[in-house]
Amino acid sequence: MTCKEFLKELTDYLDDSMDESTRAELEDHLQWCHNCFVVCDTTKKTIEIYRGSEMYQLPDDLRTRLETAIITKCKSKKKTNPS
Amino acid sequence: MAVIQSKAKDEVSDELALVHAAKAGDIAAFEQLVKRYDRNVFRIAQHITQNREDAEDVVQDAFLKAYENLEQFQENSKFYTWLVRIAVNESLMKLRKRRTDKTVSLDQDIETEEDTMPREVADWSPNPEQLYKQGELKEILTKTINGLPASFRTVFVLRDVEGLSTEETAEALGLSIPAVKSRLLRARLQLRERLNKYFKMPKKGTDGAQ
Repeated sequence: MTCKEFLKELTDYLDDSMDESTRAELEDHLQWCHNCFVVCDTTKKTIEIYRGSEMYQLPDDLRTRLETAIITKCKSKKKTNPS
Repeated sequence: MAVIQSKAKDEVSDELALVHAAKAGDIAAFEQLVKRYDRNVFRIAQHITQNREDAEDVVQDAFLKAYENLEQFQENSKFYTWLVRIAVNESLMKLRKRRTDKTVSLDQDIETEEDTMPREVADWSPNPEQLYKQGELKEILTKTINGLPASFRTVFVLRDVEGLSTEETAEALGLSIPAVKSRLLRARLQLRERLNKYFKMPKKGTDGAQ
């Protein structure tokens, strides 16, 4: 397996969605190719960092304001469009 | 594992019960759905639009649109996936309005060799996110993800930040599964490449990033 072939499969490898024999081939490549090992490891960390980052949290006061606005609009829609 | 699966199953049937009640005119049931997903919709919208005011508008518009079109929801997918599809479309509309070139599209798939071939390969520090204060880290992550094309950014956010499956991401974006996988690979590798300069192991004899 070449590095290019390894990279093509990286997403399925990280998502654990591949058959056993392909997984074994990739793991064999990782045993001896340090570059691919590093790329794989740092890509995994990239995903973990973003997943745990808590970016763009919705503040409680804004959340309450948005929920009130949405429900008020839904109620007025219901009144104007009686089923 | 069985406990997790059964909990997920309960959530889906509970969600469907709320959808049925809302379809029958129960606004309180719809309110439960809003409370369940408004934080996710806000996050997705802000990632795509890169603008807080637009994200607030998207949250309102997406839920209102969902409410008005609830009858169209066929129930052969999760309500959340259907809602995300509405939210993504609303977000892209906002993004197009702010862009002068008006070419924002999920169909963009800029395929080049350098997208996937790593330019720099360096070990990262252990726990690289701890190299920076919380605020600084968020700034780095925001700047980095905002540099991706909208089509890559959206796939990464749905799949890796929000945790939708590949199939759900494809459905929410109206893309094929191979297209989702291809964009996801490029998004992940481009983010990794761009984060290198912040997280790589300091060379011996230097203080490294602080």
